[in-house]
Amino acid sequence: MQADAQNGQRNGAPVIQIRNLSTRFGAHVVHSDLNLEVHRAEIFALVGGSGSGKSTLLREMILLHRPDAGTIRILGAELAALNEDAVRELRRRWGVMFQHGGLFGSLNVRENVGLPLREHTQLGDALIDEIAAWKLELTGLAPETGIQYPAELSGGMLKRASLARALALDPELLFLDEPTAGLDPASAAGVDKLVKKLRDLFGLTIVMITHDLDLLWQVADRVAVLGAGTVQGIGSMDELAQMDQPLIRQFFDGPRGRAAHAQQQEQTQERSWKQK
Amino acid sequence: MRSNPSAAGQPTDSARAAAHSPVTPAAITQPHPREFVLLGCWTALGIDSLDRQLDALPVSRPEQIVVDGARVEALDTVGVWVLQRFLQRVHSAGGTVRLTGWRAEHTKLLDLLAQRAAPSAPVALRPQPALERLGRAAVAALEQVFALLNFVGESALALAGSVAHPTRVRWRTILHDIQGAGFNALPIVGLLSFLLGIVVAYQGAEQLRRYGANIFVADLVGWSMLREFAPLITAIIVAGRSGSAYAAQIGTMTVTEEIDAMRTLGIAPLDVLVLPKIFALLIALPLLTVYADVLGVFGGMIMARAQLGVGYGEFLDRLVNAIQPSTYWLGVVKAPVFAAIIAVVGCFQGFLTHGGADSVGRQTTRAVVQAIFLVIVADALFSILFSILDF
Repeated sequence: MQADAQNGQRNGAPVIQIRNLSTRFGAHVVHSDLNLEVHRAEIFALVGGSGSGKSTLLREMILLHRPDAGTIRILGAELAALNEDAVRELRRRWGVMFQHGGLFGSLNVRENVGLPLREHTQLGDALIDEIAAWKLELTGLAPETGIQYPAELSGGMLKRASLARALALDPELLFLDEPTAGLDPASAAGVDKLVKKLRDLFGLTIVMITHDLDLLWQVADRVAVLGAGTVQGIGSMDELAQMDQPLIRQFFDGPRGRAAHAQQQEQTQERSWKQK
Repeated sequence: MRSNPSAAGQPTDSARAAAHSPVTPAAITQPHPREFVLLGCWTALGIDSLDRQLDALPVSRPEQIVVDGARVEALDTVGVWVLQRFLQRVHSAGGTVRLTGWRAEHTKLLDLLAQRAAPSAPVALRPQPALERLGRAAVAALEQVFALLNFVGESALALAGSVAHPTRVRWRTILHDIQGAGFNALPIVGLLSFLLGIVVAYQGAEQLRRYGANIFVADLVGWSMLREFAPLITAIIVAGRSGSAYAAQIGTMTVTEEIDAMRTLGIAPLDVLVLPKIFALLIALPLLTVYADVLGVFGGMIMARAQLGVGYGEFLDRLVNAIQPSTYWLGVVKAPVFAAIIAVVGCFQGFLTHGGADSVGRQTTRAVVQAIFLVIVADALFSILFSILDF
């Protein structure tokens, strides 16, 4: 993991580069002078308490909200300076999985997954259906799910279907909003594996918002803790665990944070025992 | 990583190609009968119609073929899928395939697809025969009629219950609904019935003048507005304004599980959502009808003076003499019936919502269409009833 992230750094320009970002809602300051970089092929997590501006930051990165000041460069493009064509092109190069799926209720799952291909390419319908079915399979859904409608799916299936749609155009960059929220532990573990598998297979850069400590310990290469409008700390979970800013400590010192940390250390020990 | 998928835009689409540097389209050449060389971007944007071209390539004799991928610029899942489909055709013809020159990251993708357990065909939707569709539609329509009757029964029971226990009636909600469905509808109901009065007087004026029967314009306007037009136009506007709002509100609450939450908290949705709406419309619609009567007649009066030279005083004298109070009452009596239809149908359709936003829209449309339909049917039945009773 670490090696991968360092590789990414050596690979040149960061995938996402945020400089001096400020956002305000009326008198309420969400971000003030926020700086952040995400490297190629890393799994990057944004954490922070509610109201710390994670979701707003994500919305700003995917061009759904315009910041008040500062610059965001994604895949080499400066977001504020893009014209309509460039925006469309950029949107084709990333995939977004929304917290509640964001699947279209009037289309069945396979049509939902095939929609980006239908809109942006000139492939035949039969081919698109086959590829959509494969994408569903990649995300761990049964082929029969394809002809069901989003309203008929369980929460975990919705997330997977939404992920399959985000992957439809083979994006270079994937945004995940709370990929494991509302899932049972087994499904959440499945998502952990899936995220890792996708990065390894396609060399995807993955940016996710999550509160899931397991996901953070097991999967994330680097984690940024947001608080008080800026990045409080950034680094691997092990590095963050050593820092002592109060807003970061909050995150680690709760009973859940301790439990996840302990579990992680146990696993590391087991691994080193096996190696011996 | 795949090289440069940023250079997007289909070469066939000149408008888009102008905006971006074009993708090198994927291609396949056959320098030797047993050797295929792949070129260009084997990606969603580069494949274009290559899959049909590949399907048309002949693979007949069992032989070993070589597929050279050294000059593939980019490969994504779509490209892999198309290529794998071709390779499977070679396999099933008894041939074997050797891949040469592929880059490591491309091999990884190829392996991913090759590892797939069983290449299952996508599940297809079973088309229904016409007869089955007809049968299903008929059963569904019949079921809905019974469901509506069921709902009417439940509402009636709840209504009886609240009459027996008047303290349980939610007056605050009722007042709120009266404001929404009644008071806020005053401008549009007033304007439309005023215009309707003008139209009726205007249309009649020409005929009446021909017979020198100018003063009968008061009979015409009074009779038609009080008895038919005012109740009907009011009911139709309220069905469009409030019936749809009821269906959308209850429908959205169903989708967001608010209705289920109410049930689990021991609050009957019928008591909280449906009864206040029925009460509110039962009160508001007759009042709106009287208001529409007044403005409709006023519109006719203005037109009578402008077109036929019938003064306001004359018009009102004639109106009082010609129109019996029973005509007015017959119009107003219909309003509560229309109100019950609109409120019950609106709420009923709201409760039928299941699934998502799509369903809310569909049920809202149905609520309005069915309410207007039933209002007009009820109006026709009233006409028959009144003529039998000789009013």
